[in-house]
Amino acid sequence: MSRKPYIREVSKTSWFLSQPRYKRYMAREVTCIFIFAFTFLLICALGSLAKGPEAFQSFLHALRSPLGVLLNLAALVATIYHSMSWFDVTPQAMPIQRGEEFVPGNVIVGAHYGAWAVVSLIILIWGI
Amino acid sequence: MSEERQIQLEVLRYNPETDSQPRYQTYTVPCVNEWVVLDALNYVKENLDPTLSYRWSCHMAVCGSCGYMINGEPKLGCKAFIHEYGDHIRVEPLANFPIERDLVTVVEDFIAKLASVKPYLIPKEDKPISAGEFKQTPAELKKFKQYTLCINCMLCYAACPQYGLVPEFLGPAAISMAHRYNQDSRDGGRDQRQEVIATDEGVWECSFVGACSEVCPKHVDPAGALQQVKVASTIDWYKEHLMPWVKK
Ligand code: FES
Repeated sequence: MSRKPYIREVSKTSWFLSQPRYKRYMAREVTCIFIFAFTFLLICALGSLAKGPEAFQSFLHALRSPLGVLLNLAALVATIYHSMSWFDVTPQAMPIQRGEEFVPGNVIVGAHYGAWAVVSLIILIWGI
Repeated sequence: MSEERQIQLEVLRYNPETDSQPRYQTYTVPCVNEWVVLDALNYVKENLDPTLSYRWSCHMAVCGSCGYMINGEPKLGCKAFIHEYGDHIRVEPLANFPIERDLVTVVEDFIAKLASVKPYLIPKEDKPISAGEFKQTPAELKKFKQYTLCINCMLCYAACPQYGLVPEFLGPAAISMAHRYNQDSRDGGRDQRQEVIATDEGVWECSFVGACSEVCPKHVDPAGALQQVKVASTIDWYKEHLMPWVKK
């Protein structure tokens, strides 16, 4: 008897709509667009800084426009979501075995949040 | 309490001899709440339709042969309790695999990939039997124990969108198995396995969707294994290119 396997095609463009967990994954991936946009903005800031104080002042002024504030806010939200979604999976990627037992996942995740808080605090104090 | 309940079991059928594409067929099955979906399929086979084809063997989540899509989710038929579902249950063959007949899928691709990672101990050096056993501490055992629980049920392949899109991808279970032996203190075969797993079709095809670990019925956490392989392979790369004097 000959075989005639049936192949179900997977849509290359809409596969992620089929499952909530795929949508969550896509949400995580999409946040990188905002992170890219913010990085680009930082490079622009450096560029205007290189051009001189006036250029930098007008760049800062542009940042205070509603569009600038909106972009920064969106980037902040996206970055927080992006970072949290990665922090949550660090125990899977970097398990730490002490003696026989593995360090509990929430300790590893917690350490990441702690480090994040410390770095943010340093930048905040340094910035003021 | 064993309460009886009628459910509509909607099964994707495909007969390669007569069908050009699969079609759904619905059976009315009197179930008791303690049943699993596999029991409902067995009821159909024994009482309603002997032509229904599906794989199963142990009925206790160890053989790994009863993987189906149940209401769109990869599940073991023998571990999916009827009481967790409503009165309508849809059963389809595992996603991302070609359909051989009804719920039976073509699994040659997975078997070949599994074999390609050499999922067995490759001792560092040959030892005569008289030299005794290879010893291992409880900590060394614990390091890889969770990966030994894999039953090759392929639910992770059915959950992995990357495998669906790129069929060349070595996939979660095969790479986890390679990782299991790489982590074993008695093993010396990592270099051989890296040739297969630290490649574009190996771990680097994985984008860490994490679906494999969510559906794994044995909590193997294949997604974790793959990320660990990525980390180790990256360290290898840096050692090789930036510190060639350091031995791997
Ligand atoms: S029948 Fe063996 S795992 Fe379900």
